[in-house]
Amino acid sequence: MEEIQATKPLHVTSATFDSEVLKSTIPVLVDFWAEWCMPCLMVAPIVEDIAQDYAGRVKVCKLNVDDSQSLASRYGIRSIPSLLIFKGGSVVNQVIGAVPKSELVKRLEQVLRT
Amino acid sequence: MRFDVLVIGAGPAGLTAGLYVSRAGWRAACLERLAPGGQAALTSRVDNYPGFDEPVSGFELCRRMEAQAKRFGVEVVQGEAQGLAVAAGSVVVRSAEATLRADAVVVASGARPRELGVPGETELRGKGVSYCATCDGPFFRNQAVAVVGGGDSAVEEAMFLARLCSRVYLVHRRDEFRAVKTVVERALNDTKIVPVQSAVVTRIAGTDGVEAVEVRNVSTGATDRLEVAGVFVYVGLLPNSEFLAGQVARDGAGYVITDEDMLTSAPGVFAAGDVRKKSLRQISTAVGDGAIAAMSAVRHLQGLRAQSR
Ligand SMILES: Cc1cc2nc3c(=O)[nH]c(=O)nc-3n(C[C@H](O)[C@H](O)[C@H](O)COP(=O)(O)OP(=O)(O)OC[C@H]3O[C@@H](n4cnc5c(N)ncnc54)[C@H](O)[C@@H]3O)c2cc1C
Repeated sequence: MEEIQATKPLHVTSATFDSEVLKSTIPVLVDFWAEWCMPCLMVAPIVEDIAQDYAGRVKVCKLNVDDSQSLASRYGIRSIPSLLIFKGGSVVNQVIGAVPKSELVKRLEQVLRT
Repeated sequence: MRFDVLVIGAGPAGLTAGLYVSRAGWRAACLERLAPGGQAALTSRVDNYPGFDEPVSGFELCRRMEAQAKRFGVEVVQGEAQGLAVAAGSVVVRSAEATLRADAVVVASGARPRELGVPGETELRGKGVSYCATCDGPFFRNQAVAVVGGGDSAVEEAMFLARLCSRVYLVHRRDEFRAVKTVVERALNDTKIVPVQSAVVTRIAGTDGVEAVEVRNVSTGATDRLEVAGVFVYVGLLPNSEFLAGQVARDGAGYVITDEDMLTSAPGVFAAGDVRKKSLRQISTAVGDGAIAAMSAVRHLQGLRAQSR
């Protein structure tokens, strides 16, 4: 799947989480969100920007916490948006709440450098 | 990038300032660190904004303000103002991505929730400690939570949470709630809301998530432990004004000082909304400030243009 350089965030669910996120060969940014969450809607355009800017280097996914409650609780999500960065199947960085694009970029660059 | 007027922040004050500048025929942009809406977009229910006879969600209200501003040509530029400098007849604003120049700047960067400052708060942020009931409330369905604070926001959001949660402790350090009387009455009639007056939070306890809040009665000194899965903090605001340090006069709490025309201490820099030193921080006063600041900025532009002729 990874030859396709997605420029739009990919929606993942419990069924696709393992293959798309945990087994990804490049780092993955997962945006845990819900339709009723206003700051989630506020960071959505930033997450879309990141998907474009980092196409091919970072995979950007969105996970609806209402549809995938078990995954949300597996990662202890109790505040959204929560933006988790995965590398090699585990969480290497985490941002809770809506943050500016520059903050996300900083975290992603850190992850890409290591 | 260069604009006639650059507005910092796209909350109610910033969107209104942009609208008035654009509608007057000048080029206006709002620099916004997140997306338009501000604190108002996170409010579950707005009851007191004139023109909406039925309660409206803050998100819906802000969506409309944004659409209206854009209809008059206001641009929204994504970025966070990190510094501001006034140089010969123009103002330079620095963000991580760009340097923006304008003949006038309206600071409408609003405010953010103040933290309680007790042990456990930072450690458990996102694990039960929250500053936004509409964002995180649904994670605590049928569980007990605590709301800390006694003002309008605290009491309103406690009522929102009472619709989802099994019990809502409303912890306030004084014996009477500061919120308007009708709102307090409505809250105290809600059987799920348990008021805990004259009490301060001393610690938020829990390892992987919030398990309890520890409170102390300020008059008797008695302590208590409230078993809750979530704590929602509404204990006031801090102005988003750090980037103005050394450039624009602020009061001791960091609020920008203006006169009644929204002029600040720096020429060409105006301020509007919650970031400003004032007595009532509401959407209605934010939009009023925004309109005044815009017209003052326009007068400033006209003055600059007259000089250069
Ligand atoms: C829980 C709650 C309930 C409320 N309920 C009501 C109510 O029922 N009725 C009512 O009238 N009012 C209510 N208020 C108050 C109301 O929301 C505020 O008074 C209003 O939003 C202030 O508008 P503003 O534009 O000044 O600031 P804000 O709404 O704070 O907007 C500021 C904007 O600037 C952006 N920003 C900040 N710093 C920067 C930077 N450095 N660079 C770029 N952008 C930046 C922010 O991201 C934000 O979008 C409530 C507030 C809260 C918190």
